[in-house]
Amino acid sequence: MEVVFLTFILVLSIFLGFELISKVPATLHTPLMSGANAISGITLAGAFLTSGAVNNEMAYILGTAAVTLATINVVGGYLVTDRMLGMFRSKSGSGK
Amino acid sequence: MSIELLANFSYIVSAGLFIYGLKMLGSPATARRGNLLSSLAMLIAVIAGLSSKGIVSYEFIIGGIILGAVIGALAARLVAMTSMPEMVALFNGSGGAASLLVGWATLYLADTTGVAAVLGDAGLIKQGISTFTAITVVLAILIGGVTLTGSLIAYGKLSERIGSAAIVFNGQRVVNSLILAGLLGSGVMFCLAPSADSQWLYAVIGLSLALGIMAVIPIGGADMPVVISLLNSYSGIAACAAGFAINNNILIVAGSLVGASGMILTNIMCKAMNRSLANVLFSGFGAVKQGKAIEGEVKPISQEDAYYILEAASNVCFVPGYGMAVAQAQHVVKELGKILEANGAEVSYAIHPVAGRMPGHMNVLLAEADVPYEQLVEMDDINPRIENVDVCIVIGANDVVNPSAREDEDSPIYGMPIINVDQARTVFVLKRSMASGFSGVDNPLFFNENTRMLFGDAKESISGIIGQFG
Repeated sequence: MEVVFLTFILVLSIFLGFELISKVPATLHTPLMSGANAISGITLAGAFLTSGAVNNEMAYILGTAAVTLATINVVGGYLVTDRMLGMFRSKSGSGK
Repeated sequence: MSIELLANFSYIVSAGLFIYGLKMLGSPATARRGNLLSSLAMLIAVIAGLSSKGIVSYEFIIGGIILGAVIGALAARLVAMTSMPEMVALFNGSGGAASLLVGWATLYLADTTGVAAVLGDAGLIKQGISTFTAITVVLAILIGGVTLTGSLIAYGKLSERIGSAAIVFNGQRVVNSLILAGLLGSGVMFCLAPSADSQWLYAVIGLSLALGIMAVIPIGGADMPVVISLLNSYSGIAACAAGFAINNNILIVAGSLVGASGMILTNIMCKAMNRSLANVLFSGFGAVKQGKAIEGEVKPISQEDAYYILEAASNVCFVPGYGMAVAQAQHVVKELGKILEANGAEVSYAIHPVAGRMPGHMNVLLAEADVPYEQLVEMDDINPRIENVDVCIVIGANDVVNPSAREDEDSPIYGMPIINVDQARTVFVLKRSMASGFSGVDNPLFFNENTRMLFGDAKESISGIIGQFG
C-alpha cells in the first residue's frame, strides 16, 4: 500500500506543478529555474537520515557529502534567486 | 503526539508553502515574497528532517551544512549576472549529486540491522533491502548521475572551458547503446541481489556518470537553454526518486514540482526553436543542409548617421541576444533607451524565448541594468505591431531574427518563430563581423533594403551613439 500511496502523491504533485508553472511569464524564467533549483535541494531532508543514522563509515561519508552538496543548492539557490528578483523593478520605481 | 507524527505534519505545512511560493513566482510584483515563502518551507522541512528519531550523530550533519552554506552563499553573492547560466548548471549538478549519494547511502542504512529496525517502524524496510527500494535506489543513482556529469559538461560548454560546438563522432550511437544496455543489465542484476557491496552497484554508478557526459557533448552552445531546462527537471526527478528510496513524502512533492517546472521550460524552449526535444538531443546542428545562398550588399552605417536616425525616431525597439551578454552591453543599452525616452520616443525591449543561454537570460540582464519589466515585451506581443516601430536595434542576436525561418523552406531553421525585425521601418544590426550565428546559417536580414550594419563591439558602438546625443 505504501507504494501506491507514494505514487498517488507523485502523480498529484506533477499535475499541480504543471498547473502552477505554466502561468509563470517568460520574464521570470531564470529566477523560476534557480528557485526550482533551490527546491530540489530538498534532498537535504533525506540526507540527514543517511549521514547521522548509522555507525557505518561509508554511510557517514556519503551522507555528509550529500548534506554539503544539497546545502549548496538550497542556500545558493535561494540567495541568488532573491538577488535576481530584487533587480526586477516596476516603472513606478516601487521595486520588488 | 510523537515527534515522528509532528515531523510529518510539518512536511504538509512545508509542501503547502512550496506550492504557494511557486504560485507567487508567477508575477514580478510578488515573486520575491514567493521565493521567501519557498525558503521558509525549506527551513521547516529541514528542521523536521533533523528531528527524525533515526539520527544519532549530528556532528557530520552540522559540519556539512556549514560548509555547504558558506560555498552556496559565496557563489550566490559573487556570480556575475552574465554568468547565471553557468551557475545554474553547477547547482543542477550538485542537486543531482546529492540525490545520487542519498540513494547510495540508503543501502548502508538497510544493511545495518540496528537501523533496519528503526526504519522498519516507518514501514520502509521489513528486512534487508526490498526490491522496490532497490529499484528506486537505482533510479536515484541513474538520474542523479546523469544530472551531475551532464551539468558539468554543460557548465564547461557555457563557460567555454571546453568547446561549445557539438561534438559528434563515428560510432557515437553504438557507444551510447552499449552504455544503455550496460545500465539496464547491471541495474537488473543489482535489483536481483541488492547489497551495498554489490559490484553491479558500482557499474550502475559508473555507467550513469558516463551517460551524462555522452548525452550532453553532442549538443551545441545555441541549444543550451533546452539542456539546462532539462537538467533542471532531472535534478527534481532525482530528488523524487531519492524520496521513494527513503520513503519521504516531502522529497517526492518538492522533487516533482521541480521536475514539472523543468519539463515546462524545456517544452517552451523547444517550441521556440520549432524543434522536437529528440531533435535537439540527438542531432548536432552542424550537419544540416544549407539554405539558399544570399546575394546582395550590406549597408554599413556610422555611429553619427545612426544618431541622426535615432534622434528622429518616435518608436524604438531593442532586440538583445547572447552577444549583448558577451559584450556586457546591458547597462549602455539601458542608458541609450533612457536618452531616447527623454527624447520623446517610445522604447521597448523585445525578447525571444531562446535569446541567450538559458530561459529568461536577457530579462535578468536588463533587470540588472534597471530596465522596468513593463518595457520587456515577448515575441508574440511585439510582432503584430512591429510595422509601427521606426528603428529596431538588434544587439548580438542572429538566428532569432533571421527571416529565412519564415521564408526559406530549405533553411535549417525554417519554421522557427522569430521576431520580425525585418518588417520594422529601419533595422540596425550591431555585430562584430559578418560571421553567421551559432547555427551557421546565413542571415538575409543583413542584406535587406532597410537594414544598416553597425560593425564593432556592441558596447563601444552604443557608447558612441550616446556620445553623439551628449
